[in-house]
Amino acid sequence: MLRIKNLHASVDGNEILKGLNLEVKAGEVHAIMGPNGSGKSTLASVIAGKPDYEVSGDVTLNGKDLLDLAPEERAGEGVFLAFQYPVEIPGVSNVNFLKTAVNDIRAYKGLPPMAAKDFLKMLKEKQALVELDKKLTSRSVNEGFSGGEKKRNEIFQMAMLNPKLAILDETDSGLDIDALRIVANGVNKLKSADNATIIITHYQRLLDYIVPDYVHVLYDGKIIKSGTKELALELEEKGYDWLTKGVESSELKVKS
Amino acid sequence: MGKYTEDELEKELETQEYKYGFVTDIETEKAPIGLSEDIIRLISSKKNEPEWLLEYRLKAYSAWLKMEEPTWAHVNYPKVDFQDIYYYAAPKPKKQLDSLDEVDSELLEMYEKLGISIDEQKKLSNVAVDIVMDSVSVKTTFQDTLAKLGIIFGSFSEAVQKHPDLVKKYMGTIVPYTDNYYAALNAAVFTDGSFCYIPKGVRCPMELSTYFRINEAQTGQFERTLVVADKGSYCSYLEGCTAPQRDENQLHAAVVELIAMDDAEIKYSTVQNWYPGDKNGKGGIYNFVTKRGLCEKNAKISWTQVETGSAITWKYPSCILKGDNSVGEFYSVAVTNNYQQADTGTKMLHLGKNTKSTIISKGVSAGHSQNSYRGLVKISKNATNARNFSQCDSLLMGNKCGAHTFPYIEVDNKSAKVEHEATTSKIGEDQIFYCNQRGIDTESAIKLIVNGYAKDVLNKLPMEFAVEAQKLLAISLEGSVG
Repeated sequence: MLRIKNLHASVDGNEILKGLNLEVKAGEVHAIMGPNGSGKSTLASVIAGKPDYEVSGDVTLNGKDLLDLAPEERAGEGVFLAFQYPVEIPGVSNVNFLKTAVNDIRAYKGLPPMAAKDFLKMLKEKQALVELDKKLTSRSVNEGFSGGEKKRNEIFQMAMLNPKLAILDETDSGLDIDALRIVANGVNKLKSADNATIIITHYQRLLDYIVPDYVHVLYDGKIIKSGTKELALELEEKGYDWLTKGVESSELKVKS
Repeated sequence: MGKYTEDELEKELETQEYKYGFVTDIETEKAPIGLSEDIIRLISSKKNEPEWLLEYRLKAYSAWLKMEEPTWAHVNYPKVDFQDIYYYAAPKPKKQLDSLDEVDSELLEMYEKLGISIDEQKKLSNVAVDIVMDSVSVKTTFQDTLAKLGIIFGSFSEAVQKHPDLVKKYMGTIVPYTDNYYAALNAAVFTDGSFCYIPKGVRCPMELSTYFRINEAQTGQFERTLVVADKGSYCSYLEGCTAPQRDENQLHAAVVELIAMDDAEIKYSTVQNWYPGDKNGKGGIYNFVTKRGLCEKNAKISWTQVETGSAITWKYPSCILKGDNSVGEFYSVAVTNNYQQADTGTKMLHLGKNTKSTIISKGVSAGHSQNSYRGLVKISKNATNARNFSQCDSLLMGNKCGAHTFPYIEVDNKSAKVEHEATTSKIGEDQIFYCNQRGIDTESAIKLIVNGYAKDVLNKLPMEFAVEAQKLLAISLEGSVG
């Protein structure tokens, strides 16, 4: 589904991603871990099309070249990014925001706008899925939300937009254990054989709830080790030092 | 890639075009160009006015001659040549109009282009419309329905003929002709406008609405509106304005007077999209308006304005809170683009005890425009326990425009509570990207964000016009991102 080949990205002349390769198949969950500053969030932003980066390499989603597309077109193709720091849009209600998003994505796919009745029905269903307080849906997008509410709202939006590829950028940070469980439940329920999820996280904790098929370690702009969920446990125990020592000098064989 | 930059946004905003730029080919009857006592006499006689009104006009004219054009506003424009303006232009009707079917078909077509088909309005919405084209009120709908409640609503000239005593009693009491340069000019040469009287205890059951439109080239439009809400009454009034696209600047100097007697309430909403000039700043309306309301005991006046048009806007809808416990409100969204300049705000004059005022002003500046808020909150000696809350926000697009805030606060009573908040922000690239990531393109994202920003004010508009205002905001900032 998602194929990344030799991806380089730099901002203001600083190279952050240095030839990253990754393949994610439909139905899979991949976790990307790694120390601070290794390029995890940059990877998420570059896939979504954030305009701050100079990018080279190949990123395709179901064969379509994403790097050629504007961010809203990538969203139309089914890319969703749950932001690490969700943005506030004062005065724009969540409902209105989502209605615009749902219908714009439908328009991209050549579909007519969704009937108001169907939209409301979906809204209620998905709201229940992430146990989002009804009051929050009518409030302005993320305005005055707590950290946990913002993250839950991201998963709610994801549920509404039903993406092919969801990237969760440190969605677990700032969540208490109950919120974590709710968010993870939401993600698990949305999982299907047709979509894929990339989870970017610092902690093994989230992976107790969302079990990944693969775990990758990102370091200095490249994936330096890949494995199964056991790798996450190992990292939790040993940290990253045993992997990162000497990476700069020696070529590490990376399977992905 | 659809990378969003301020430059692109600016380009996009420059290329927007004025949607209402067409000229209707209707024969008009014009007075000779220029201003003199003779012209004033001509206007007065054309309108078959009583002697006292002609005298009023002439007094105003001689006062105006001694006055000087104000220069304190944060706007720049070439001096207006008052002798190069037609002061009277009336569409020539073939005969007296009894029903809408008889209205000139070209006129009706124009209304349709403006999106205000009267038939539609009559059928669908509960709105009485008084249409002022250039200087004569063409047709008023719903007059009969209103008459049953004792409500007088129609053109100013008609009121002069039918209710001269009411007009004489109230006209010029809130905005005297000595008030300022443009008010004096208006008093001398005003041609028409709306008049509204709500009797004691009557709640007007529908929104009263007037559309103004300047059609004839080089004609000044000087409308005069007077709304009198008698004790315990209520009315909501909406004024909408458009002007066709022309190269010469056209002058618009209106006077609006509101009187809310004890326990009365007036809601006055304006949607203004006079022609703003082209993207190089050529042409456009000069809009110099004096709007003021008087609140007696427990009365309330609420001004709501959505200003997207005019090359120059000079406008300060104000409240004189004379009666104890009276309330004044001012809600404003002013959008300037290209080379538009707006200097707008309000004055809240607290005279009575326990008087309250709220000011919410939202400016949006784009292109090379200049957008200023200018407001005065004055708490006089006797205004015990007066309260004011002001919030002035500015939203900037690009880096060639300007937003300015000039708040004046004068407090002569220690018990007063006056709060002032101000913010200036830019539409954040992170907000745009967030919307993009959800599938919303940059143009729609800007509309969404601007409408959200202006929501507190748009919410104050009557329902049916809030939608129109939202569309107008979108049109004002329209274009496509490359």
